[in-house]
Amino acid sequence: MSMSATGMSDRRQVRRKRRSDRMFTALVWAVGIGCTLFTLALIAMILEKGMPGLSWSFIFGLPSEIDAGGGIGPALFNSFYILILSLAISIPLGLAAGIYLAEFAPDNKLIGFVRICVEGLASVPSLIFGLFGIALFVEGMGIGLTILGGAISLALLNLPLLTRVTEEAMRSVPPEYKQGSLALGATHTQTIFKVCLPVALNGIMTGICLTAGRAFGESAVIVLVAGVSTSGIMWDFDPLSPGATLAVHLWYVQSEAIVPDAAEIASKSAAVLLIVVLLINMVLRIPLWLVDRKKQA
Amino acid sequence: MSKSISAPARQQSGGVPAGIGRRMRLRLAHRSFRILCAAAAVLVSGVLLTMLFFMFRTGVLTFQSVSLREFFLSAEWEPENDKYGALVFIAGTFMVTALTLAIAVPISILAALFLAELAPSRLARVIRPILDLLVGIPSVVYGYMGLTLLIPALRTVTGSNLGDGVLAASLVLAIMILPTITRISDDAIRTVPRKYIQGSYALGATRFQTVTGVILPAASRGIVQACILGMARAIGETMAVVMVIGNTPQLADSLLKPTSVLTSNIVMQMPNVPFDSTWNNALYMMGFLLLAISLLMIAVVRLLQKKGEN
Repeated sequence: MSMSATGMSDRRQVRRKRRSDRMFTALVWAVGIGCTLFTLALIAMILEKGMPGLSWSFIFGLPSEIDAGGGIGPALFNSFYILILSLAISIPLGLAAGIYLAEFAPDNKLIGFVRICVEGLASVPSLIFGLFGIALFVEGMGIGLTILGGAISLALLNLPLLTRVTEEAMRSVPPEYKQGSLALGATHTQTIFKVCLPVALNGIMTGICLTAGRAFGESAVIVLVAGVSTSGIMWDFDPLSPGATLAVHLWYVQSEAIVPDAAEIASKSAAVLLIVVLLINMVLRIPLWLVDRKKQA
Repeated sequence: MSKSISAPARQQSGGVPAGIGRRMRLRLAHRSFRILCAAAAVLVSGVLLTMLFFMFRTGVLTFQSVSLREFFLSAEWEPENDKYGALVFIAGTFMVTALTLAIAVPISILAALFLAELAPSRLARVIRPILDLLVGIPSVVYGYMGLTLLIPALRTVTGSNLGDGVLAASLVLAIMILPTITRISDDAIRTVPRKYIQGSYALGATRFQTVTGVILPAASRGIVQACILGMARAIGETMAVVMVIGNTPQLADSLLKPTSVLTSNIVMQMPNVPFDSTWNNALYMMGFLLLAISLLMIAVVRLLQKKGEN
C-alpha cells in the first residue's frame, strides 16, 4: 500500500518536474528567438521608413531651414570628415599605447595603474568627453564650436578602446612566432613590425571598425563641442567650421527644426546613418566571419 | 657583449663599418620606438586623470555659492532664480537605471542561456552577430525610434496624453544594453566547465534544475559583471534618453511623467550657459558625479575579476 503510494507521488513529482522543465525550455527558446526577430524587425523598420524616399539630391543636397526638400550633404560630409580626422589622431596613439602595454611594459604597480586608467577611460560616458572638449576648445582656446574640436574630443573617446583592442590582439600572437623572429637576430622593434603586427592585424582591424562605427554615430560629444549647425556649404574642408554631423542633424531636425518635412528628413537620415554604420561594422567583419566558419568546419 | 661575439663574422664579409652603423641604427630605432610607445601609453592614462582633475576643479566651484545640502537634497532646479538643487536629476538617473535593469537583466540572462546552452551551436553562431548589430545602432537612432514609435504606442496603451518619461527612457535603454549583458553573460556561461553540467545531468537533474542549480551559480560572477557594464552604459547614455525623457526638471512620481536625468540636463543646458557662472559649474559638478559613478562601477568589476582569479 504505502509502497505504491510513494511510487504514485514520485511519478507525479517526476511529471511535474518534466512539465516545469518543458515550460522553461520553451521560455528560453521564445526569448532567444524573440530577441533575434526583434533586432531584425527594428533594423527593417528603420530602413523601410527611410529608404523609399532616398535620393542622391537628398544625400548630397544642402539643408534648408524654412522650405521643404532640404538635403543632408554638409552634415554627412562632416560625419566622414570628423571620423577620418579623429581616427587619424587616435589610431597611431592607440596602437602605440597598446603595443607598449603588450610588449614593453614591465609588470609593476605603475603599469597596473596605467591599465586601470585605460579601462576607466573606456567606461567614461561620452558626454563627459564633450564637457572636457568644451572646456578645452570652446573656452580654453576660444575657437568656438568647430570640426577640429569635435574630432579631437572624439579621438580621446576612441583612444581607450583602440588601446585595449591592440593590447589584446598583440598578446594573442603565439609566442613561438616572436621567439623565432628574435632567434633569427631581429630586434624587438623589427619583430613587432614584421611578425606580431601582421598576425594581430585581423583583431586590430575589427577593433578599428567597431570604434569607427561607434564614432560615426556618436552625437553627445559633437553636440557639445562641434555644435548643431553646419557651415551650409558642401565640401567645406576648413577645420574651424561648425561641425554638426549626421547623427546630430537627426536629433536637431527631430527636436528643433521648423521645416515642414522634418519628419521625413529624420526618417531618411536615420536610414542613412544606420546603413553607413552597418557597412562600417560589416565590411571588415565578413572576412573574419568566413575565417571563423572555415575553422569551425 | 653581443657586439664582440658577432664582430668576426662581420669582418669576414668585409662590412665592419656598415655593420656597426646598421646595428646602431636598429638600436636607435628600437629605443625611440619604445619611448614613443611609452609616451602614448602615458598620454592615454593622462587623459583620464586630467579629465577627473578638471571636472572636479570646475565642479567644486559650485559650492562657493550653493551649499552641499541644497545641491544634493533640494529638488528645485531654477538657475534663473539661483536655485541649484540637483536631486531631480540624481533621482531620475537612479530610477531610470533601476527600471532599465529590471527589464533588461531577466531577458538578457534567458537570451544568454539560449545562446550558450539550448540553441544548436550552428544557430547560435548565426544569432550572435545579429545581436551584435544592436550594439552598432547609434544611440540617436534609438532615441528617434523611441520618439516616433514607442511614445505614440505608450500613449495608446496607457491612454494618457503624455508618453515621455521614466518608462519610455527605460524601455529604450533596456533595448540598448540588452546585447551588452547578453553577450558577456553568454561568454561567462560558456566557460562553466562541461563536467559540472554533465555531472548534474548524470545525477538525473532536469535542464531547469541544472540551469538554476549549477550553471547560473557557476557563472554568477561573470553575469554580475555583465550587469554592471550594462548599468554603466545606461547611466552614461545621453542622446537616446534626451529624446524620450521629456526634459522637465520635476520629480517623477509616475512612470509616465516627463522628468530629467543627469545626462539629459547637461546636454540640453550646456550650450546656452555662460562659462564662468554657477549654473555652468553646477552642470560640471553633475558631470563629475557621472564620472565618479562610472569609475566606481569599473572598480567593482575589477574587484570581481580579481576574486575570480583567486
